[in-house]
Amino acid sequence: MDTTIANSNFKSEEYFINMGPQHPATHGVLRLLLTIDGEIIKKVEPDLGYIHRSIEKMCERDSYQQIVHLTDRMDYLSSHINNEAVCLTVENALQLEIPDRVKVIRTIIGELTRIASHTLWWGVMGMDVGALTTYFYGFRDREMINDIFEETCGARLTMNYNIPGGLMFDIHPNFVKRTKEFIAHFKTKLPEYDTLLTGNVIFQKRMKGVGVLTKEDAISFGASGPVGRGSGYSCDVRKYHPYSALDKVTFNEALKTEGDSFARYQVRIQEMWESMSIIEQLIDNIPEGDVQVATNAVIKLPKGEFYQKVETARGELGVYINSTGTKNPYRVKFRSPGFSNLSLLNHIAVGGKIGDLVASMATLDLVIPDIDR
Amino acid sequence: MNISLNITKTITELLSGFMPEGAANIGAMVTIALIYLAIFAVAGLYLVLLERKVAAWFQLRLGPNRVGPWGLLQTMADALKLVSKELTGTVKADKFLYNLAPYFVIVSSLMALAVFPFTKEFQAFDINIGIFFLIAISSIGVIGILLGGWASNNKFALIGAMRSGVQTISYELSVGLSLLTMVLLTGTLQLSEIVEVQKNGWLIVQGHIPAIIAFMIYMIAGTAETNRAPFDMVEAESELGAGFHTEYSGMKFAYFFLAEFINMFIIAAIATTVFFGGWLSPFGITESIPWLGVFWFIGKTFLLVFLMMWFRWTFPRLRVDQLLTLEWKYLLPLNLLNIILMAVIVWLNLTIQF
Repeated sequence: MDTTIANSNFKSEEYFINMGPQHPATHGVLRLLLTIDGEIIKKVEPDLGYIHRSIEKMCERDSYQQIVHLTDRMDYLSSHINNEAVCLTVENALQLEIPDRVKVIRTIIGELTRIASHTLWWGVMGMDVGALTTYFYGFRDREMINDIFEETCGARLTMNYNIPGGLMFDIHPNFVKRTKEFIAHFKTKLPEYDTLLTGNVIFQKRMKGVGVLTKEDAISFGASGPVGRGSGYSCDVRKYHPYSALDKVTFNEALKTEGDSFARYQVRIQEMWESMSIIEQLIDNIPEGDVQVATNAVIKLPKGEFYQKVETARGELGVYINSTGTKNPYRVKFRSPGFSNLSLLNHIAVGGKIGDLVASMATLDLVIPDIDR
Repeated sequence: MNISLNITKTITELLSGFMPEGAANIGAMVTIALIYLAIFAVAGLYLVLLERKVAAWFQLRLGPNRVGPWGLLQTMADALKLVSKELTGTVKADKFLYNLAPYFVIVSSLMALAVFPFTKEFQAFDINIGIFFLIAISSIGVIGILLGGWASNNKFALIGAMRSGVQTISYELSVGLSLLTMVLLTGTLQLSEIVEVQKNGWLIVQGHIPAIIAFMIYMIAGTAETNRAPFDMVEAESELGAGFHTEYSGMKFAYFFLAEFINMFIIAAIATTVFFGGWLSPFGITESIPWLGVFWFIGKTFLLVFLMMWFRWTFPRLRVDQLLTLEWKYLLPLNLLNIILMAVIVWLNLTIQF
């Protein structure tokens, strides 16, 4: 039988296909160069650069207040946490004493941002595996959070609410009430996510055992956030290096050891419950006080290197600032979670089908402007 | 109220009043074909509207509501737009096959409609191999999809077309075998007779356990045959863009689109005829008014169409190897066992008759 195939004129060969830069599953302008044998993935090569805006270079030109605004445009789904990271770096360098009120508000909005980001992820992840209805359920709940943000700071996505030294202005009088309303609403809606998708047999078949990442690989690829925690790598920055008001709250780190797409999915669902619990612990006793401390109009950082890491919805975001003592930084580098998480795509997708690649990519939760700064 | 529903006879008699018999026959055929074409093009458009409305109800939305009252003219407007659109294509496509493909798909869908008995008399084409005809005709459609995917000269379209090939060929087995199970019970392939048999109780009741199993297999395989979610491997938006019709635009795309909805109607209509008593009313409540049969037929069909839409808007998509596993390792052996079970039940006369 084998000899007849070998002797025949049929020749089978691997072929190459361009997935992206415009493709429904890459959620942005990511280009994947796939080498495929029939339906089986042989190689995945991510090609970046389609949305590169040289944010890090632009930072060298800007003052420290201005840098904050650029970070919105990196991981736009956790813009508040990105802003917070830069502000924390600057504040630590200046050794400013930040009022408790600011810390608590930053943490609450940070966790709301995380929930908003995860609900959006849940919606589009469902779409990637073919369940179109999830998208609208996810967006329904995200919309309520965006409304809360809009009322407080005027923006829904790119917030710019943080400034070095505090917050731009105080929260809206309705903020506490509406946040509580949202938590009460979302507690009834999050179980719906499970009934619609998590328990579905087809969904579990698509997710379980797909895109398996071992703990060792997760560490060596620098995976962080839900991707790392889905592989059993305990890496929550909020736990190990608490910032803002996170040292005042108790929460569990969502951790799964399977390392497949389903584990990453469960970690994110679990994180939404934990975020709600964090908000509930803080929302009733936001301390009174100022929302900013006075800084110079022109902030000059002392000479030296400064680093701060925070946990965004996608993982560990590190901000490195090298200052020479002037009003502009000498060098800025962002360690973005998406970049490391994308780098392991080839590792987990090879050997699977095209559908598996899409499912694994969906649970990596990539935001392309975060990778391609 | 006496409405003559035997359209073949009525039109032939009308035409033979002023032309020779041969010409009258041909004229009647053309007229009936045009009537069916018009009815089902419009029906297809309204199925699209229904799908969009059903999707909206599932997804906390309102659905189309701007064009006409309750959005009733929305799909008409869409069709007008598609008709007026420029037909673009790829430069290196195989022009002849590329242009031929949509017609294969739409013609096979429309041809299958000819044999459905909407009432006892309202049937364009009553042949004694009705079921066989349906299975044969509906499998032509896949040729169109394969041709379209191949001739587009696009790798995404090609993957979609190849998936469609394996999927349709596999699931046709299940559709055929589950219908064959019911044929064992009726003893005839003629659709009008299959409905007549059900005067003593719908076949799903007559054949009880094996009939219910056959119905479930038929609905799964039928959904797969129409290439709809959760079996929409062929298009798989998030994997292949638009699959086999990536390179089609305007009316050629509309043919593929319309064919999908007419196919859905066909699959539901076969199920209505074979399992749920076709035009017969439940317990014979409207037996004295024969033309009401049309409404019973359409009503039952639309319930099943709604069931298929329900699948689509709640289930995720299977992977291509899981799809084949489901067919070859589960549905097919179950189907074969089910045929034996049905044979035993018919042999021992264990059917339920009222």
